[in-house]
Amino acid sequence: MEDKRHTSREYERELQEIRDGLLYLGALTERALERGSQALLERNSVLAREIVREDEQIDSLDVDLEEKCIRLLALRQPAARDLRFITTAIKITGHLERIGDMAANIAEKVIILNDLPQIKPYIDLPRMVEIGRGMIRKSLDAMVREDIGLAKKVREEDTVIDQLNDQVFRELLTFMMEDPRKIQVCLYIMQISKSLERIADHAEGIADMVIYMVTGKSVRHKPASAENG
Amino acid sequence: MVTVEKDFIIRTKNVDFFYGAFRALSGVTVDFEKNKVTALIGPSGCGKSTLLRLLNRMNDLIDGTRVEGEILFEGRNIYAPDVDPVEIRQRIGMVFQKPNPFPKSIYNNITYAPRLAGIGNSEEIEALVEESLKQAVLWDEVKDILSKSAMTLSGGQQQRLCIARALAMKPDVILMDEPTSALDPISTAKIEELIDTLKKRYTIIIVTHNMQQAARISEYTGFFYLGKLIEFNVTEKIFTNPDVKHTEDYITGRFG
Repeated sequence: MEDKRHTSREYERELQEIRDGLLYLGALTERALERGSQALLERNSVLAREIVREDEQIDSLDVDLEEKCIRLLALRQPAARDLRFITTAIKITGHLERIGDMAANIAEKVIILNDLPQIKPYIDLPRMVEIGRGMIRKSLDAMVREDIGLAKKVREEDTVIDQLNDQVFRELLTFMMEDPRKIQVCLYIMQISKSLERIADHAEGIADMVIYMVTGKSVRHKPASAENG
Repeated sequence: MVTVEKDFIIRTKNVDFFYGAFRALSGVTVDFEKNKVTALIGPSGCGKSTLLRLLNRMNDLIDGTRVEGEILFEGRNIYAPDVDPVEIRQRIGMVFQKPNPFPKSIYNNITYAPRLAGIGNSEEIEALVEESLKQAVLWDEVKDILSKSAMTLSGGQQQRLCIARALAMKPDVILMDEPTSALDPISTAKIEELIDTLKKRYTIIIVTHNMQQAARISEYTGFFYLGKLIEFNVTEKIFTNPDVKHTEDYITGRFG
């Protein structure tokens, strides 16, 4: 869409600052996720502890961004697309903060797992991480480019993650039935898988908000297949 | 879904308006619903005030103007040759940007027009003064000083007096041309509150440059640009998700 600039440059700058802040926050969460995966695969607890610590930065950025949005609502009385962008931004920053929390949760489980024997090579979890990271990135790209097609794609990908999570669950169930001594490890892996599934849900939530931001129509709580119109 | 038939009190059909050779309005078709507040917005010179003044034939007073198309008030074309503009202005009152009370007493400001029009005996006129001032939420402030000059009132009170003056003619429609642009925020809030109560009995059409005001008080909003009605819709839709990019650019401050 061709964009006209605001008559008030300061307002324009403030909106851009929020947009940039969301992208930065998104990059931080994506990085936390990537490093979580690395810490799991390399059994690196030092790295996992760093991820847990760095979640504080994500939390404070979330608060900061939300305050900026509230300030704009109060001082600029935004309307139409600006209003939709700012309300969307408030929701997106919340989703990103939760993704950060999930990444920190994963890192905490990795620390525990690293002290236990590894029962199998990790195959599905890194795949879920890759898809999840892609979803975060794409949902934010969709926001910047106001690209509904891309946002819809993110919604579809959530199904893939759900399927992988189910698959991991079934697989671990067989492990646990075969050997009760593996239950502890399996439960932690399940929690990681569940966190990844939740991360994908949050990325989908971002995509939903982008669709609202661009079209003014809410697709939340509707399946990806039924969103036309 | 049940469709409710809307009651439109004024309808314009393909209205063009010219100041000499200059075309100030082109092809404006819009329906004003009864007992609702409709706001007309747009940048200076877009034609919104011109349209407002056409609705009670105020532009008749300007030489070299010409109107084409139809403006129907309760189904009757107000520009038909047999229509008396004075009668139209009684039914469709107007409140202006700057409070313009007559340099007379508060009491006489209200009674001037009804007397001129020969409405009612002195008792009825007495009642009319109280009723109009009460409707304009001014009665309590002025009931003990009715014989004082209207010019001694504050700007906000003067504007409410002008509204009371318009109400005294028992109009069906009240046109307001930026009625609060010369007022402080408290007086503005009082007028806005007043508009909200008045719409139960009257239809209000208001021109405003204050978009938040349009958003706060109106049910419908029309956006004008270069003499054309660009978009007309329920106010909430206009301010959250307008259909036309141009409207969006204007209300978000991205104009020009």
